[in-house]
Amino acid sequence: MTMSDAEIWTVIVLVAIGTYLIRFSFIGLIGDRDLPAWVLRHLRYTPVAVLPGLVAPLVLWPEATGGNPDLPRLMAAAVTVLLGVKFKNLLLAIFGGGATLFVMLQVMA
Amino acid sequence: MTTTKRAFLQGIRDSLPFIVVVPPFAMLFGVVATEAGLSPLQTFGFSVSVIAGAAQFAAVQLMADNAPVLIIVATALAVNLRMAMYSASIAPYLRGVPFWQRAFMSYVLVDQSYAQGLLKYETEPDLSPQARVAYFFGTMILNMPLWYGGTLVGALLGSRIPPEYALDFAVPITFLALVGPMLKTAAHVAAAFTSVLLTLVLAFLPYNLGLMVAALVAMMVGAQVELMVERRRA
Repeated sequence: MTMSDAEIWTVIVLVAIGTYLIRFSFIGLIGDRDLPAWVLRHLRYTPVAVLPGLVAPLVLWPEATGGNPDLPRLMAAAVTVLLGVKFKNLLLAIFGGGATLFVMLQVMA
Repeated sequence: MTTTKRAFLQGIRDSLPFIVVVPPFAMLFGVVATEAGLSPLQTFGFSVSVIAGAAQFAAVQLMADNAPVLIIVATALAVNLRMAMYSASIAPYLRGVPFWQRAFMSYVLVDQSYAQGLLKYETEPDLSPQARVAYFFGTMILNMPLWYGGTLVGALLGSRIPPEYALDFAVPITFLALVGPMLKTAAHVAAAFTSVLLTLVLAFLPYNLGLMVAALVAMMVGAQVELMVERRRA
């Protein structure tokens, strides 16, 4: 990372203020007026619209392998998603994916 | 015991299952953030001021990629936009709650306090405004210090973890683990696939702009699929 301390703090402060304002929006300011249905319908999908896209290049082109697709990491990713979908348990999915990566890296080494 | 006090204790009790989840997740953030180059103080400050794991992980990942400040902030806030929906949906239950209390509740409005709070308010509509506030803070009173403390422990340990543990992949695994349980409906799955596909296709765009475009289109796809499914049911 080449960011300066000042830049890092800028990110932290701006994300903190922005996040607070998002949370405060209706509770604090607008009160109990209802959001239009179409807005709610879009907001519902923000996490699933952002997180998978963020993660996709990291899974397919991992920096640790110089950007080449890598079987242990692909398998770890698949196991994590499957465990998450099946058991809806965050820690189980993280540990299952991590264990898969660890075992696969040993096997392939 | 007053009803307010009882509501507060109920909030604590209902939050207990999450107590197991928060510390390791917080520690992982501490480790990943310091590995990316944040100081322990910055890492701790991030957790205290934001309290939103997914957005914090997203920001740290983009920091490690040296993305521009504006793009990092926009992406992290996009991850947190769902909280506008949370805010809108619990606001009607907080009539009669003093402004300063609502201001402080906003600080601790996270996925878990929202889900537990809303469930409580819906199932017990006769709860007084003060009991509602007490319950809400009850759900967070243990989680908050665990989130801060876990982050700090992870940040202080972070620099001592050797590279062969392949922590480069901790962030992708964490995100995928977060996404799995979110894939509840066809609309969620469609949005997730759109997001992946478009980000990969648009990877040539500078400043991680591809992700922003992909996220916007994916939100629209999710909303449209939801409409289509509703119409078919009607």
